[in-house]
Amino acid sequence: MQNGKINKIWELLNTVPDPEIPVISVVELGVIRDVSFANKSYTISITPTYSGCPAVKAFIDDIKSCLKENGIRNFQLKLVYSPAWTTEWMTDKTKRKLKKYGIAPPSNTVICPLCESQKIEVISEFGATACKSLHKCKDCLEPFEHFKCI
Amino acid sequence: MSSLFTYTLRIADSSLILGQRMAEWCSKGPTLEEDIAMSNISLDLFGQSNGFYEYAAQLDGSKSANKLAFRRNEREFFNHQLAEQENGNFGTTTVRNFLHDAFNLLFYTQLSSSKDETLAALAAKSLKEVKYHLRHSSNWLIRLGDGTNESNARSQEALELLWQYTGELFEMDEIDNELLNLGIGVDNTALKTQWDEILNKTLKKAKLNRPEDGYMATGGKKGMHTEYLGFLLAEMQFLQRAYPDAKW
Repeated sequence: MQNGKINKIWELLNTVPDPEIPVISVVELGVIRDVSFANKSYTISITPTYSGCPAVKAFIDDIKSCLKENGIRNFQLKLVYSPAWTTEWMTDKTKRKLKKYGIAPPSNTVICPLCESQKIEVISEFGATACKSLHKCKDCLEPFEHFKCI
Repeated sequence: MSSLFTYTLRIADSSLILGQRMAEWCSKGPTLEEDIAMSNISLDLFGQSNGFYEYAAQLDGSKSANKLAFRRNEREFFNHQLAEQENGNFGTTTVRNFLHDAFNLLFYTQLSSSKDETLAALAAKSLKEVKYHLRHSSNWLIRLGDGTNESNARSQEALELLWQYTGELFEMDEIDNELLNLGIGVDNTALKTQWDEILNKTLKKAKLNRPEDGYMATGGKKGMHTEYLGFLLAEMQFLQRAYPDAKW
C-alpha cells in the first residue's frame, strides 16, 4: 500500500513546476532524490541546485502546499547535500523541453536553441538565475540562455 | 565552544562577509551583465555560508543560523581579513576575489574529502560554484591587467594593497591542527604551493607583477579585524538588531 502512496507522491511532485522555468517540474529538474516511508511518515529528500538559489525556498514551499492540498500531511522534507546536484540528472526529455522553451540545455557544446547553430558567443557566464549563462548566436543573432553544466 | 563549531563558523563567516561585499555591488556594477554576475556570486556565497551556519547551529544548539549571522559582534566573527576589505574600484574587487577564490578552490577541494560527512558534502557543493567564481575573477583580472594603462595600474595597486592579507589564508592555529589530526580539517599551509602556481600563471597572463612578501596581517580567525568589518556589520545586521526576530 505504501508503494502506491509513494508513487502517488512522485506523481504529485511531478506537477510542481520549477518556479523560474515553469515548463519543467521539480522532479524533472532532478532535485527530488528519494521518497520513502518510515514510522508513519513520508520523507522526501531534496538536493538543492545552487547553494544560494532563491528558487529552492520557493519550490520547497510549493511542494509542501501541493502535498497538503492533496491530503498528505504526514511528511517531512529532508535537505541532502551529498552527492551534490548535477545537471547530469536531467533526462533527455527534460532537455528537449528546455530547448523548446528557448533555453539551451546543459551541454559542453552550446547550441543555439532557435537555429541550432554552433557559432556561439558568450555574453556572460552569469544569467538571470544562478543556473544559467548568457549567450548570443552568431548566425541568427538571437541572444539566449544556456543551462550551465555543473 | 567545540573546535569543530569554531572551525565551521570560520568557513561560514568568510563566505558571508565576502558575499555581503559582492551584494554591495548590486545595482552599481560597471555593466548590466557584471551587475548580475556579482549578485549571482553573492547569492552563491550566502547560500554556502547558510549551509555552514546551519551545521554550526546543529553543533552548538544554542544559536540558530540567523542568530549566528546577524547577532554576533565584530570580535565574534572569524572570517579572513581579506574577505572584509572594501570593494574599492572594480579592479580592487576583482583582485580581492581572485585571491580568495583561488584559495577557496584549493581549500574546498581538500575539505570535500574530510572525515566529517557534512563538511565534506558542503565543500563538494561549494566547490562546483567556486570554480565558476575563480574563472570569473581570473578572466577579469586578465582583461584589466592586460587592458589599458589605467586598468593595469589600478589592478597592480590593488594587488599591492591586498597582498598583506594573503598570509592569513595559509595559517594554522591550534584548532586547525586539532581538526587536521582528526582527518576533518584542511592543512592550509600545504595549499600554498598550488595557490602560488594559480597566481603566478594568471598574473603572468594579466601582465601584473607579484608583490614582494612583506608585512602580513593576521588575526581574523581570532576575531581581530580591520576597521572595515564593523561598518559592514552595521549595515548587514541593522534590521535584525533594530527589529529582533523580525520575519517577512
